[in-house]
Amino acid sequence: MKSKQRFLKSIIGTLLLSGAVQASAADQTILNTSYDIARELFATYNPTFEKHWLEKTGKTIEIKQSHAGSSKQANAIMNGLSADVVTFNQVTDVQVLHDKGKMIPADWKNEFPNASSPYYSTIAFLVRKGNPKNIKSWGDLAGNDVALVFPNPKTSGNGRYTFLAAYGYAQNTFGKDNEAKVDDFLGTFLKNVSVFDTGGRGATTTFVERGIGDVLITFESEVNNIRNQYGADKYEVVVPKTSILAEFPVAVVEKNAKKNGTEEVSREYLSYLYSEESQRLLAGFNYRVHNDVVKKEFADKFPEVNLLTVENIAGGWPQATKELFANGGKLDQLQRR
Amino acid sequence: MATHLSATETRPRHKRVLPGLSLSLGTSLLFISLILLLPMSGLVMQSVDMGWERYWQVISDERVVASYKVTLWAALIASVFNGFFGLLLAWVLVRYDFPGRRILDALVDLPFALPTAVAGITLATLYAQNGWYGEILESLGLKVAYTPWGIVLAMAFTSIPFVVRTVQPVLEELSPEEEEAGMTLGASDWSVFRRVIFPALWPALMTGIALSFTRSLGEFGAVIFIAGNMPYVSEITSLMIFVSLQEFDFPAASAIASVVLMASLVLLFAINIWQARYLRRLHGRS
Repeated sequence: MKSKQRFLKSIIGTLLLSGAVQASAADQTILNTSYDIARELFATYNPTFEKHWLEKTGKTIEIKQSHAGSSKQANAIMNGLSADVVTFNQVTDVQVLHDKGKMIPADWKNEFPNASSPYYSTIAFLVRKGNPKNIKSWGDLAGNDVALVFPNPKTSGNGRYTFLAAYGYAQNTFGKDNEAKVDDFLGTFLKNVSVFDTGGRGATTTFVERGIGDVLITFESEVNNIRNQYGADKYEVVVPKTSILAEFPVAVVEKNAKKNGTEEVSREYLSYLYSEESQRLLAGFNYRVHNDVVKKEFADKFPEVNLLTVENIAGGWPQATKELFANGGKLDQLQRR
Repeated sequence: MATHLSATETRPRHKRVLPGLSLSLGTSLLFISLILLLPMSGLVMQSVDMGWERYWQVISDERVVASYKVTLWAALIASVFNGFFGLLLAWVLVRYDFPGRRILDALVDLPFALPTAVAGITLATLYAQNGWYGEILESLGLKVAYTPWGIVLAMAFTSIPFVVRTVQPVLEELSPEEEEAGMTLGASDWSVFRRVIFPALWPALMTGIALSFTRSLGEFGAVIFIAGNMPYVSEITSLMIFVSLQEFDFPAASAIASVVLMASLVLLFAINIWQARYLRRLHGRS
């Protein structure tokens, strides 16, 4: 009996001790809540920031990461996930933290440069070796014999950008007033979809691992990463002449940061993303950046694209959400049989 | 004789090992309320402030209705398939002894142990046009992954243990004497099965099929990876709930969820009532 008690005590003691050690490993901890495919990016960024913070303040910081679809993450935060900062791939998912969650100020976009978006990307195509269907632009995607793979705009920000980019292309080509032609194009475009995955990574898997479809449409960054990962000899990247500006907004979740006492470090964590070192790191992950020096260094990696904004195409996110993606919106109408 | 006596001696003196009825029942009811009724009422509450008109509008939306049809049909086919195959599997496990029987018996529970998303991804890998099975089926002109058949496959996979595990104990209880009696009276194998075995198995089998069906109605993780999720063709109702949640439209999500919940409840009650009646008829009033 005695030995049993001692055994239990030692277990409890060890647990307490390890907990205490863990708690004191860093002076502070912050939680970065991010979208699905940024895991590797922030796993690389975090150590460089930890080093920078130590040099600047003499304090240690530990950064925890949480990744899932960014709408899901926004939900989790509003349900009580104590995230200090968000790094999302969708403006609407940050905005909802103000609109419904009352956790960030209304002018969060003015907090950091470039509308609080330290890096950006656009939507591009990945085709199979030799580009057998000869895909050059959005126009080729509404052809007769082309199978497309991209995530469902209803469940994925990635998919929403894709739909908006196609919409913008159609407006540019047929004219904004020629609604019949534009809808016609979009209808065919949607009909050519083979699989509607719920997220960007799912679509990548469908295209690469399952061998489905002729074209994968996703972020330019993802397209380049896939080509690097799965072999440059198997796929070709096509960046269309006209596409969309896809912002990657960041924000300090003020309400949580205030509670956790991490406002200062959270702000620095996000603003350091704009430093030359970080911008180089971001460009290495195939994101487009704003820093001029880095831009020049990577010029040949990012071909010039006429980037339409969500404002140009649909009058901003709130309007796009309401008129295009909400129940009974344009997307629903076009998909109705 | 001596062993018999000792067996009766070790039997517990009281019928109730647990503290009295009021406390046991009270605790059970409390926990049922906490983990079952409370979340369910929460679900209903969320859709309450939307009003009947909007509620009806959400649940009768064209696309949502299409998803009911897809889900119902797929669940029906999957559970009927499971009825046949699950019965066969239970039969083999109970009536035959062969090397590896215990392993097979343990494997039956695998779909329960596996995260359904893993099941979905695995099935999609195998049945995609470049997968092991998919390639063969494709050459026969059959497409499974990314069609409604993929939904049936995923549902059947995740719910087959229900049939096996409800039929198995009944099969084990079935006394061989009745079958032997039938055979000595000159009945063929088929009529022994039809007249002796099947009537005893039928209620359990139906329960298993119904459970498999209700489980399939709500299956999400496994299905979305293999369904292709094309509007009006291969979208399941759970995906419609997921879509509403993505749009931060919680009332709409709860409204659609309440339809699934009601369908499941009605089915469960129906099968319970039916089973009680059937058993009463089979064994007489007790």
